[in-house]
Amino acid sequence: MEVALSFVVSVFFAVAIYLMLSKHIIRILLGVSIFGNAVNLSIFTAGRLMREVPPIIPEALPIPEAATANPLPQALVLTAIVISFSLFAFLLVLAFRAYQELGTDDTDGMRVAEPEGEPMPPLGY
Amino acid sequence: MAAESIDISNAMLTEPTALGDWMLVAPVGLPILFGAVLLMVRHETRLHAGIAIAGLLLTLGANAALLLQVLADGPKVMTMGRWLPPFGISFTADALGASLALVATLVASVCALYAMKDIGATGRRYGFYPFLMLLMAGVGGSFLTGDIFNLYVWFEVFLISSFGLLILGSTDRQLDGATKYAILNLVGTTLFLTATAYLYGTFGTLNMADIARKADAMRETGPLMTLAVLYLLAFGMKAAAFPVNFWLPASYHTPRIVTAALFGGVLTKVGVYALLRVLVMLFPVERAELSGVIAWVAAGTMVLGIMGAIAQSDIRRVLGFVVISGVGVMLAGLALGTEIGLTGTILYAFHSVLAMTALYLLAGVIKELGGSYSLHELGGLYRAYPAMGAFALVLMLAVAGLPPASGLWPKVLLVRASLEAGWPWLSFAILLTGLLTTIALGRVYILAIWRNGPSGVPADAATGAPGYGYASMALLCVPIILLGIYPEPFIRVAEAAAVGLLDASGYIGAVFPAEAVQ
Repeated sequence: MEVALSFVVSVFFAVAIYLMLSKHIIRILLGVSIFGNAVNLSIFTAGRLMREVPPIIPEALPIPEAATANPLPQALVLTAIVISFSLFAFLLVLAFRAYQELGTDDTDGMRVAEPEGEPMPPLGY
Repeated sequence: MAAESIDISNAMLTEPTALGDWMLVAPVGLPILFGAVLLMVRHETRLHAGIAIAGLLLTLGANAALLLQVLADGPKVMTMGRWLPPFGISFTADALGASLALVATLVASVCALYAMKDIGATGRRYGFYPFLMLLMAGVGGSFLTGDIFNLYVWFEVFLISSFGLLILGSTDRQLDGATKYAILNLVGTTLFLTATAYLYGTFGTLNMADIARKADAMRETGPLMTLAVLYLLAFGMKAAAFPVNFWLPASYHTPRIVTAALFGGVLTKVGVYALLRVLVMLFPVERAELSGVIAWVAAGTMVLGIMGAIAQSDIRRVLGFVVISGVGVMLAGLALGTEIGLTGTILYAFHSVLAMTALYLLAGVIKELGGSYSLHELGGLYRAYPAMGAFALVLMLAVAGLPPASGLWPKVLLVRASLEAGWPWLSFAILLTGLLTTIALGRVYILAIWRNGPSGVPADAATGAPGYGYASMALLCVPIILLGIYPEPFIRVAEAAAVGLLDASGYIGAVFPAEAVQ
């Protein structure tokens, strides 16, 4: 199971990096979103994968009888999902505003902050 | 119930947290609390600055008390949620984290003061001060947490606050700069999370002290080198190390100048701190193997960074490149990994936080008095405002590493450490960077301040002295000059921090007291 999921993760990473190498903001954002999911899946895989075994402790024992599902990766993935979701929502709005104001989603054309062909600083006094 | 017969003291805290230990979360809790209050009084913009400065001064006091305690008794730990470490999240303050948190809070307080003039009622209503408080909560949490996933969460807290500060004003330039900053920084923190996923898969723990004590046993079987390289890339991106630094010059000149001052002073140092914490404390053997790579990255960052500064004619963009070159100097100590080298790096971090913030504020004052940021248009400021000329001289000497200001001693330590390590070329790179910094900033001084104005003082320039600007710069100049002429106490703190990083037994013993006794 871990092996299969590892392949899925590698495909996610490959797709994410391919999309993030694009010049268009919207493709980069899709890449960032897939990148986040690739990481979440790899955290999940790095924990212990198993069929659903609830961590219920019998009354007579101090610890569970058999190995149970590992709750920690699930907590980590949940935290990461919430964070990446909120940041992604912000990025979408930011990219849309930038598209409205700058008139392009091509990163080569977004040169307002760093204009091309700026004059050299003064060379004499 | 049956549970009552079970001895829970092996896995859980049985006694309530000692009152003094709450001090550890105060540098994070106070900014969040005051940020929440500021949100509630969002429309009373007159109150914002006072509340924020009060909150930051309280935080400053808490940080100072924490640092004094840590220096006296060694690392302090507070574990949350009753679960004992490594299960509960431990806040762990050592000399490195506590001292950097103190310096960062100091410059944030000064920025809050300067913002009283720089941020108008509109900016306050859009939440400048709440964002500032949450940014400082994230930065404080990053410096003090002892759990690597928690470190990721704090990184995201200050990242989202920095987005809010960066786009305050929503001009075209800001949207352009913020788009690049936001995407590249999000990719950087996601890389950090990737590394953490593999770290968890390898170690099965996220507590930094637990990782440090298990690393030796894992070295034969685990892919620790892969982890170290991934962390180097991720934190290198956050610290703006060459060749992954291009988000910084694209964005740091776009926001309000007080925001740029805070970012230029504090944010890249969080990346440097994380590099020190992870590479020196958790993966020392891997760091030693990577030292050649880190040294080249350091030399490239410092030399290429300052060459970028020489090519710019906007003062804010000059300063952006100077920030990058300072990161390179700090990475030199990381590459060396010796006690003197790390002391130099940590001392340089103190210096850089103070001096870069002050320089950005100086740029704000220049804009206020001279009406422009461009070296083509400025001039004649020395005759009209000699006090500003004096501040500028002190700050530029500080950043160039010349006496009597703060930049001298960390560079002395780093040059000495690289000569001792048998890397004369690295000390040459540090000295060359000092020379080029003197040229870049000296030209700013000559063009903007010393020469006679091209056409007198521009019409839209302010008349009279900028009180808030002078007060903020004077407040920052006190520690800067103190570090220059009486560096012993600063060096002692930096040395304690470096020793604590190199020998993690104190850190581990504080988190796992039972094992320290055995």
